Amino acid sequence: MKKLNFHPCGNYKERYEQEITIFETDFGRLWSWIGIFFLFVILPFISSPYFLHVLNMVGIASIAAIGLNILIGYTGQISLGHGAFIGVGAYAAAILATSVNMPFLLTLPMAGLISAMVGMIFGIPSGRLKGLYLTIATLAGQIIIEYVLVHWESLTKGTMGITLPRPSILGMELESDRSFFFLIFCCLIVMIWLAVNLMRTKYGRAFIAIRDNDRAAEGMGIPLFRYKLLSFGISSFYAGFAGAIWAYYMVSITSEPFTLGLSVEYIAMVIIGGLGSVSGSIYGAVFITFLNEILRWLTGIMMNIGVITESGLNVAPLREFFFGTSIVLFILFEPRGLAEVWRIIRSNFRLWPFAY
Amino acid sequence: MNFFLQLLINGISIGFLYGLSAMGFVMIFKSSSVLNFAHGELLALGAFFFLAMVTWVKLPIAAAFIVTLACCFILGFIIERFFLRPLIGEPLIYVIMLTVGLASMFKGLMLLVWGGNLQTYPAFLPEVLGIQWDVINIPPVYTAALIIGIMFLILFGLFFKYSSQGIFMRSVADNQRAALSLGVHVQKVFALSWAIAALVAGMSGIVLGIINGINVHDLSAIGLKVFPVVILGGLDSIGGAIIGGIIIGLLETFTGGYISPSLSDVVPYIVLVFILMVKPYGLFGLAEIERV
Repeated sequence: MKKLNFHPCGNYKERYEQEITIFETDFGRLWSWIGIFFLFVILPFISSPYFLHVLNMVGIASIAAIGLNILIGYTGQISLGHGAFIGVGAYAAAILATSVNMPFLLTLPMAGLISAMVGMIFGIPSGRLKGLYLTIATLAGQIIIEYVLVHWESLTKGTMGITLPRPSILGMELESDRSFFFLIFCCLIVMIWLAVNLMRTKYGRAFIAIRDNDRAAEGMGIPLFRYKLLSFGISSFYAGFAGAIWAYYMVSITSEPFTLGLSVEYIAMVIIGGLGSVSGSIYGAVFITFLNEILRWLTGIMMNIGVITESGLNVAPLREFFFGTSIVLFILFEPRGLAEVWRIIRSNFRLWPFAY
Repeated sequence: MNFFLQLLINGISIGFLYGLSAMGFVMIFKSSSVLNFAHGELLALGAFFFLAMVTWVKLPIAAAFIVTLACCFILGFIIERFFLRPLIGEPLIYVIMLTVGLASMFKGLMLLVWGGNLQTYPAFLPEVLGIQWDVINIPPVYTAALIIGIMFLILFGLFFKYSSQGIFMRSVADNQRAALSLGVHVQKVFALSWAIAALVAGMSGIVLGIINGINVHDLSAIGLKVFPVVILGGLDSIGGAIIGGIIIGLLETFTGGYISPSLSDVVPYIVLVFILMVKPYGLFGLAEIERV
């Protein structure tokens, strides 16, 4: 029998494979299997339809947030256009499904690829620009895409929106929240697997080198422009994929949700979760989606007991305010996000009672 | 021809307002290299403070104006002290995201207090300021905006050229380390530049509020339109902001007048992408040169 790996009491790594291993200990591997078992076998059957819906939204948001984290957290290119790329993916899926009658399993990756292409077009400025100039370029991209989605009426049907057919896999129709749950979380696990392993390859290392010092990276022979563009493409692929699932899940789509506000929401997820950490993106997605739901619930209660009587007040301003505040607080007090908080908690448990 | 002239006048006056709004933005960037995404919300805060002073407290207009500017000045101070100062020396993304976070914080707060509806000031500008010349019609607000704008430009020109604080600010903008070693209190300069920028923003917010009415969404959209303006003019040039503003304003009104009204909102951003690809430091900006 293979010897089990436990946490060593020092750094005893001798080879590079040990450095890039995903699970440092066998407990980590065991726990992730238990987690997957709980996720697929127990969770969908004990939770209410509403909770399943929230979980599905978390899953979709996680996929897109992982994509944004590859761009911002690993490559260091700040993008304010992620919401628009999700919109491109959603519209691509809707158009392919309605006018070309493409089968469901093919539309998801196709929407991702189309989104990746659009993302790479708006990544072209990264060849000359960096830092804040690039951020402004992606802001322009967001606004231009938003305009195109509303005004290219022959393709996107403008403000009317598009209604999608019910998706089916091998003759099985997906209609309940539960069947979507399995679809979304299978996709999420594949996407996590891809992202984690991407970061262990030469491409991932090149991204991290560009983030840490782009001039040094270029000096070491990394073609900056090509890798930045690749990062934009991968990030938008994730966004488009998530957008396509969203479109199917929501049944009908309009251009309304894909605003700058959505982009900011995703950046908030990445920052609150933790930059440069795949698991962090998921924590961030969970945090923001649950924050949304809690605020909706809270405004509902306040409406009922009559604290708020003004009919014009809805959840939007409160949401804006709490988003803003949580971003600001995290940046000021824990800039490395929830992933870091979790790491600190874990290491406290491990070292207790003899912290050194 | 008349149509053309009217568009020209409209474009210049709208553009001047954009330039005015961008001035505060440039000031912050120039001294502390912070890209302020909350600028539109600063404009809106100024406009709403003024509204509160005029309608709730019922101060006379001149007093309300001065009180509002004072409030904005203090607000700028507070923002710098509590939010931006802890981030000096942190990576760019944190600074950018902090201003994005502040933007949605302020926006939510304003929506909670004043709601999302359009509000207007009571009319108070004298009709004498309006100019009616042949077919050209300039409403009094624009004349007032022009006078206030030029006044502030001259004031700031003198401030930066002659006052010691202004010279400190320029020295920090030029070379932070050298300024620090020569005894300039850099943190004080940052605080002062935020305070002045918030003041200018508040002033432009009031002017914009008089013209279009006060609405959180519209004013924060103008805060985003500042980006094409300052990129065109050069991120660190105050005069460039005014000229960039006028060019963008003209472009917008001509697109709106001759091609399609809906396109006029997007044209500045399309231009922005092209400028970023061709001449990223704008017309009057200082090119950043990196040395290893």
